[in-house]
Amino acid sequence: MLRFISSVSLVAAATFASSAFAEQTIKIVSASPLSGEQASLGSQIKDGAQIAIEEAQPAFAKMGFKLELAPQDDQANPDTGVAVAKRIVNDNQVLGVVGHFNSGVGLPASEVYKDFNLVMVSPANTNPKITDRGYANVNRVCGRDDVQGPAGSEFATGELKAKKIFIIHDKTAYGQGVAEAFRDTSKKTGATVLSFTGTEEKSDFTSLTQQIKALKPDLIYFGGVYSQGGPLLKQIRDAGLKAYFLGPDGLDSSDFVKLAGSTAKGAYFTTVAGPVDKYPKAAKFAAAFKAKFNHSPESFALYSYDSARVILEATTAAIKANGGKMPTRDAVSKEVRKVNFEGITGTIAFDSKGDRKKSDYYIMLLKDGTYPGVVEKVVSVAPPTSVK
Amino acid sequence: MFQTLIEILPGVLLGGFVLGCVYAMIAIGYTMVYGVLQLINFAHSEIFMIGAVAGLEITRGLQAHVQQPYLLLLCALLGASATGAFTAMAVERLAYRPLRRRGSTNRLVPLITAIGVSFLLQDLVKLTEALWHNEFFLKFPTIDAFNYTIELPYNTLLQVKSIVVIVISLLMALLMYFVVNKTRLGLSIRAVAQDPRAASLMGINPDKVIAHTFGIGGALGGVAGVLFGLQYSVLSPYVGFIPGVKAFTAAVLGGIGSMPGALVGGLLLGQLETIGGTYLPLLTDGNIGTEYKDIIAFLILIVLLLFRPQGLLGSAAPEKV
Repeated sequence: MLRFISSVSLVAAATFASSAFAEQTIKIVSASPLSGEQASLGSQIKDGAQIAIEEAQPAFAKMGFKLELAPQDDQANPDTGVAVAKRIVNDNQVLGVVGHFNSGVGLPASEVYKDFNLVMVSPANTNPKITDRGYANVNRVCGRDDVQGPAGSEFATGELKAKKIFIIHDKTAYGQGVAEAFRDTSKKTGATVLSFTGTEEKSDFTSLTQQIKALKPDLIYFGGVYSQGGPLLKQIRDAGLKAYFLGPDGLDSSDFVKLAGSTAKGAYFTTVAGPVDKYPKAAKFAAAFKAKFNHSPESFALYSYDSARVILEATTAAIKANGGKMPTRDAVSKEVRKVNFEGITGTIAFDSKGDRKKSDYYIMLLKDGTYPGVVEKVVSVAPPTSVK
Repeated sequence: MFQTLIEILPGVLLGGFVLGCVYAMIAIGYTMVYGVLQLINFAHSEIFMIGAVAGLEITRGLQAHVQQPYLLLLCALLGASATGAFTAMAVERLAYRPLRRRGSTNRLVPLITAIGVSFLLQDLVKLTEALWHNEFFLKFPTIDAFNYTIELPYNTLLQVKSIVVIVISLLMALLMYFVVNKTRLGLSIRAVAQDPRAASLMGINPDKVIAHTFGIGGALGGVAGVLFGLQYSVLSPYVGFIPGVKAFTAAVLGGIGSMPGALVGGLLLGQLETIGGTYLPLLTDGNIGTEYKDIIAFLILIVLLLFRPQGLLGSAAPEKV
């Protein structure tokens, strides 16, 4: 708590000090897990945003602003995410948030941003509720689980001809949400859902593998993240079960292949962020990323880069509208909804809820057991129009 | 349907048995320390985790040089048990002994210390692995010889590593039984457990005996860690928590302070969890899902303790004054 108070007062002091000088500071926050289980995906988000910020720094310097990235660690934990959100809304120099990674964190954190009109552009929050709440400041550049789940289901029952499906989820807002969407579409297309079960288990999946063995599904769907999905897939294969394995974009990480080992071969996952080589315009970004961080960008890095660029584009427009002076958060928020430009992941423009007008959904196959695998199918879908 | 339920039974029992063996080995560590100090050493789950990580690093480092799989495993086991023993003794020396020296009779103080040590060790490992390999999830190296599968009836696949886990844990349990009941060290441990003051009058140094007890428990925790890593393959700094809590439960179920009790409790809990988690969803058509497996196991524990508060094999010891 003491740390919290002192950082707030420091920030207040810094704001006061900087307003005395001609050059003002604008901060863009990246909020994602930088430590803990999901750090490998979360740091991609920070790194992607950092490239965008560094590219834009000269242009902002010309306008008389010092542009900075302020990376925040939400630890993939809703409580930490809200604490981070409360801290950054009190920093007047922060004009936008790139984040969060987890829908379970993005949902409560955006409630905080909403009260301060701070714009949030998420590269990875796929839960429908993120935008269905209709907040003016909440946007995302990725797809939605209520499209991703059905897209996976259509592939499973169509291309893979699955008739009997066993569904497992991780009991989080994200995993259960996408698994439910998958289940509902699968039922509609006439497939039998043998089981729909949640688990928080991380090591021993005997109970699940034996149920799968008893029920003999031809496809197993796992709604969750690679840290659980990797060992689960390994134990399924170790038990001699050969059913198809399909999951959502939570499996979209090289760590999934690392944890599943050789059993990753032949696994499918859907993702809202295609592999880097799928985007011709991303080559320059990928080279800059590799040079800076010494590892290759994975899919969410691209989306994070585009999220940051949306905010920067809107901020620039807001500065111009304000006669070259520091814009309000409200103005930036409004400008974000007006952007229309070519990002590296395609055209970016938002609908009235903050969903991208058209998003791509990819179905990937880990054909030879290496990440990111090969693209099996791409569908481009507009978000559902009805607000729940 | 009945036919399929029978067909998966060997797989379920095997899975439960392997899990139970891991629980039992951790439980013995809990029960030994409780026996001499009446302290629930919550940091023991972290000793287990540190042993697992040490074993993983040793295997990773030696894999290129040692071709013989059993020799490689032996190196990992020895290294991990040494690391476990060292860490446990260091924790005892630095955190618990000073509290005892101050003559604190409050049981809560060492308990809270144990929880604090537990967090400290988790974050230390997290920091080390982040700086060393920039990794959070650690994958136990694949050793082909241990992944060799034997086919049992009803298409049940048994991997050699599961046999290794079972054999080593039972051997370790036997060894522990021998150490405690047949050696001079064991005699002094039992003496301190009964009455530390009387034991010190007989020329036993209780501090030394307590340190040895921690060392033995830690070594066993380290071995359990390596076997856990070998069997379930993915480790992280937080991997000790759940098995630790379960093993503690197993120790209570078997009767805390009793070594055969810890073994029986661990094996029983492993089976309850796996059988409940597998069959209840199948029998209730998925209405009671696998996520309830812990509830099933712990419900049985509560009922059992209502009728036998001292645990299965524990003796209703008179309150020490």
